[in-house]
Amino acid sequence: MPKMNIIQAVNDALMLAMRADPRVVVLGEDVGKFGGVFRATLGLQEAFGADRVIDTPLAESGIIGTAIGMAIYGTRPVAEIQFSDFIYPAFDQIVNELAKYRYRSGGEYPCPMVIRTPVGGGIRGGHYHSQSPEALFCHQAGLIVVQPSNPYDAKGLLLSAIASEDPVLVLEPKRIYRGPDHGTNWSAHPKGEVPAGEYRVPFGKAAIARELSGQGTPVTLITYGAMVHTCGKAAGLASAQGIDTELIDLRSLLPYDLEAICESAKKTGRVVVAHEAPRTCGYGAEIVAAVTEACFDWLEAPVLRVTGWDTPFPYALESAYLPDPARVFQALDRVARYK
Amino acid sequence: MTFPTLIADASASAPFPRFTADDTAAMLGTFRVLAPDGAPIAPDATLENGTGVADEDALSMLRSMIRQRAIDERMLGLQRQGRIGFYGAATGQEAATIAPAQALELRDWIHPALREGGMALHRGYPLWTYLSQCLGNKDDTSTKGRQMPCHYGSRQHNFVTLSSVMATQMPQAVGTAYAMALAHDAPDRPLCFGAIGDGATSEGDFHVAMTSAGVMRPKGLGLPLILYCQNNQWAISTPVEKQTAAPTLAVKALGYGLVGVRVDGNDALAVLRVVRAAAASVRAGGVPVFIEAVTYRVGAHSTSDDPSRYRDEAVTLQWQQRDPIVRLSTYLQQRGVLEDGEAQRMAVQYDEEVRGVLAQVEGLPPPPLASLFEDVYAELPPHLARQLAEVRALQP
Ligand SMILES: Cc1ncc(C[n+]2csc(CCOP(=O)(O)OP(=O)(O)O)c2C)c(N)n1
Ligand SMILES: [Mg+2]
Repeated sequence: MPKMNIIQAVNDALMLAMRADPRVVVLGEDVGKFGGVFRATLGLQEAFGADRVIDTPLAESGIIGTAIGMAIYGTRPVAEIQFSDFIYPAFDQIVNELAKYRYRSGGEYPCPMVIRTPVGGGIRGGHYHSQSPEALFCHQAGLIVVQPSNPYDAKGLLLSAIASEDPVLVLEPKRIYRGPDHGTNWSAHPKGEVPAGEYRVPFGKAAIARELSGQGTPVTLITYGAMVHTCGKAAGLASAQGIDTELIDLRSLLPYDLEAICESAKKTGRVVVAHEAPRTCGYGAEIVAAVTEACFDWLEAPVLRVTGWDTPFPYALESAYLPDPARVFQALDRVARYK
Repeated sequence: MTFPTLIADASASAPFPRFTADDTAAMLGTFRVLAPDGAPIAPDATLENGTGVADEDALSMLRSMIRQRAIDERMLGLQRQGRIGFYGAATGQEAATIAPAQALELRDWIHPALREGGMALHRGYPLWTYLSQCLGNKDDTSTKGRQMPCHYGSRQHNFVTLSSVMATQMPQAVGTAYAMALAHDAPDRPLCFGAIGDGATSEGDFHVAMTSAGVMRPKGLGLPLILYCQNNQWAISTPVEKQTAAPTLAVKALGYGLVGVRVDGNDALAVLRVVRAAAASVRAGGVPVFIEAVTYRVGAHSTSDDPSRYRDEAVTLQWQQRDPIVRLSTYLQQRGVLEDGEAQRMAVQYDEEVRGVLAQVEGLPPPPLASLFEDVYAELPPHLARQLAEVRALQP
């Protein structure tokens, strides 16, 4: 099976979709000849021409607004926002237009399109190349929001997104584009094996990234994106201390897999939620609330969050901001010991 | 520079636009066919009827304009009685609203702003649906009772359901035109018509759209796109002089490499001819056209404000003398194709029509409860299914 990193998996999905369906177009800043600043669209313009792989003016509300106008007419646009930090000029188009189009038109104008955008820290990008805006978009009825943690899911989720009848926001964790961790690449990772043809990863279905071994105090650890790898390491540290972690990779943030979450929470009674984004009103708050509402009688400990701090994303002190395996381990340890 | 109000120069006309991006005369002057008294300004013997407009086209517009006014008057009354929550009328703007609909074909898509509901009606959008939309009842197929009044839409009529958000439809119109250009070949291709008000030209999305309209050239041709501004000179209480220091709105086209045309928006014949020519040009792959139709909002912004608090209503009176329905009906009478008193009879007949339909739709129930959760997504996801069950359980 071919080995791919996330960029190659995204590129492969776009190639396949554009070849299979002439309605699919790609648009964004520098996506054409240059292939995008992360090279996700490399070679597409050469293969499909400048009319279908469109270098747009530098205007995010224009990229999304134009894509919306295309989508309601029957074109299938895949828009790239160069960094999610720059999605805000298009926030209005996404929140007030894209998310509501089907609903506000009584179902007459569905707006099936995809927005891909890199998210997250760990690349020394400071405030404006590091943020994690998922909570803002998961608050918008009408959007589907996904975030892959590996090349296999990146391709499968993107192909599902392009085939979807609903608008889909694909948040790509840029820190792990080329490898699951600094200094490693995807070729050694099982999820770096990516089938050559078309396949889909369904929305609303979480993956179990690490199963319970039956050895030690069971704990559920819920996360998504690049944090899946941070949490995997934390689980490794924890297992040496007698803590048995079931690691849930949500993959879909809206809608999310409440069933998988509850199944695990009821098994372990101890739950930790981790993400890079700030804590207050962050995505984790939703998961904690859902677990508390649905699994209260099974809980053995308070549900904890491990998150970025409630500050703007820093530059020099990035490593103090981002949750690392040690910080996640502390939370696992706290819930495991809780009596 | 002060904004030309059109009161002073209403009996002259700029030359017919050339539809080239350097035609600044068309951007700074104002094209018109009829003087306010309904007399052709410069009859041209080489054109049909000297005006370039067939009588049946003029009559078709007149009927829709009179109907629009009858509907607006009735709906304003309804709002005053508290029977609908809001209404935005097109009173005094009927020519600027209806003439583009006459110029376009049904296959052309319209991305409307607030005042373009009459374009849908002119295309055959049923009055039943129009009124049901304003009432938010079960027969509101435009929004299933989900939006305020005046948010019409119909796929059958290629009239895209608007949002309340100013200017967002402009980049979308660019995108629809792009999709059309990919799917069809010039010169015989559908076009997209994006409408906006004068106030909304200050929004970023307007400028983003104008930029994209100029640079996006699929198949090496201009987009099949007309951007159309009804400059009714007011945005709620803010006059157009506070929206821009430019001498006209049309001249903005120059900065984006578009064709700009300024037309007397109270002259249905002028608007028809300009939009028709613009349509022919952009269908064939010419540079997209931005049209400013100068008119005046003779009524309030909506049913929730009183204009005498923020403007000199003496000016409004002057504009009422420039009434687009009077101008067109006088012209048609002088041509001998409209009998004396016929316009008045039409007004009565349309008012009866509105009252008749209203009597039938006003009692209709609201949309069913389950529709609250429909159309959020193509299929009902589990969390919405749970919430639907919750709200059902709360019903008596
Ligand atoms: C983004 C946004 N800001 C403010 C409003 C409130 N608003 C509704 S209509 C309007 C004025 C619009 O003026 P104009 O564009 O000239 O259109 P007109 O009402 O004259 O047709 C305003 C400020 C809005 N709907 N959307
Ligand atoms: Mg206005």
